[in-house]
Amino acid sequence: MSVVRISDDALALACGADAVAAEFTAAGCTVERTSSWGMQWLEPLVEIDGIGWGPVTVADVAAILKPLPFGGGVGVGASDQAQHPSDNPHPLTPSPEVEGGKCIGPITDHPFIARQQRLTFARAGRTRPLSLDDYAATGGWAGLNRARSLEPEGVIAEVTQSGLRGRGGAGFPAGIKWETVRKASGPTKYIVCNADEGDSATFADRMLMEGDPFQLIEGMAIAAHAVGAQQGYIYIRSEYPHAIAKLNAALALAESRIAPFRIEVRVGAGAYVCGEETSLLNSLEGKRGEVRAKPPLPAIEGLFGKPTVVNNVLTLAAVPHILIEGGAAHYDSHGIARSKGTMPIQLAGNIKHGGLFETAFGISLKELIEDIGGGTASGRPVKAVQVGGPLGAYLAPHQFDIAFEYEA
Amino acid sequence: MNQQQRLAEICAAHAGREGPLLPILHDVQHAFGCVDAEAEAQIAGALNLSRAEVHGVVSFYPDFTPEADPRPVVQLCRAEACKARGVEALVDAGDAAAGERVRISAVYCLGLCSAGPAARIGDTLHARLDEAALVALVKSI
Repeated sequence: MSVVRISDDALALACGADAVAAEFTAAGCTVERTSSWGMQWLEPLVEIDGIGWGPVTVADVAAILKPLPFGGGVGVGASDQAQHPSDNPHPLTPSPEVEGGKCIGPITDHPFIARQQRLTFARAGRTRPLSLDDYAATGGWAGLNRARSLEPEGVIAEVTQSGLRGRGGAGFPAGIKWETVRKASGPTKYIVCNADEGDSATFADRMLMEGDPFQLIEGMAIAAHAVGAQQGYIYIRSEYPHAIAKLNAALALAESRIAPFRIEVRVGAGAYVCGEETSLLNSLEGKRGEVRAKPPLPAIEGLFGKPTVVNNVLTLAAVPHILIEGGAAHYDSHGIARSKGTMPIQLAGNIKHGGLFETAFGISLKELIEDIGGGTASGRPVKAVQVGGPLGAYLAPHQFDIAFEYEA
Repeated sequence: MNQQQRLAEICAAHAGREGPLLPILHDVQHAFGCVDAEAEAQIAGALNLSRAEVHGVVSFYPDFTPEADPRPVVQLCRAEACKARGVEALVDAGDAAAGERVRISAVYCLGLCSAGPAARIGDTLHARLDEAALVALVKSI
């Protein structure tokens, strides 16, 4: 019997994934809970032998499992494809009327997936978030192992060479920040991950934490080696209960792997301003989340007055890939001008195909909104798009030729 | 166990941590449904802070409340992406279904932005709400 794969990402859960999973289990199937592919309009997305159905309800389960009308094979259980007529390229793909049009065929062939360049979200949809076996089998810990074989200066040189800039919005070069912390004096230093993803229409941090928590942990451990930090904190907003639970579970599993470095999850308390790095540091210290004057920079006087790297989730999660052999040059080969690498772009609001789309910098808004996003969910013409979250700019259709990058 | 003992236990559980105040306040809020003046005073004593310092922190963060509210809560997302997907049109019906029995509070982003309108009850999330689904949700708790 084939394995039925269903995401346990918060959005899939909010759309009924647990009930669908329970229905497959009751039908005798083995169900694996994976991360989300990021095709959120199709959640709950069900995957069997690489074929996808979505959005699936409990009522669809019987139809997905029943024998197919052609070829004489049975639905999910059919493993011997030779018995099917050769003119059916995908014998497991039922006709649309059988599934009410919910079968999307092979997931990796879907244009939304096939057009992406996934580095940070390379495991999305493919692995079980809390499986150390899945993580190691997909290149996990290779970046940390290699980083620890290098001198801290060498690690920072590679991060600088990759062109990685802060993914939280300001776009500060990660390598320069790390170098400042490395050179700062004193034996106590911190790595702080800003996971206070409060802006509406942003959810990539949440998906990364829920779907690939070990990658964030590995990135923080690499940063710790590079700057000489002993303790890390991940500050997650309280509105993300699933991300908090996943990271706590992942940290318990990965404790010995990252030792002597230690990481602790800290939970925000509903204050939007704590997404700003200095108020986040005050909050971690147990104070009111008020903004501090800069300078001093957190890299010099950060958490408890000690030199501190404060980076966003996506910045730290990009690091393991950069630190594998040849990773920095590979990262630098993506993107344009001063915007290097890939960006996990979040398509949300009144859009037909909302979700997570990771691609190299330089893609046009037109392509993102019309080709990939499919226009509006309501079917009306697009009037304006807000880029960069609630604090970003509103752009009208005549501006949709603008390329997606930091400087635009 | 009375409130004083339970508070002492919570403070002791976080004794070894750096910056223990927020983790303590979360536990107290969870245990008692609020962080009241008595709790503030006891926490201040345990951490060697002034009551004013603790009160300043408690009053800064929306997650901590001075009084317990026994009503069940539906947190409805009212942020931009959910607004673009029509949450405002559901609010009146939700309020009517809630009446005095259920509290509907606003939350600003649950990270379900392509599948709004979205809501949270405890740690359970709900998305793609329409008026009927929101009313059913309010009536179900």
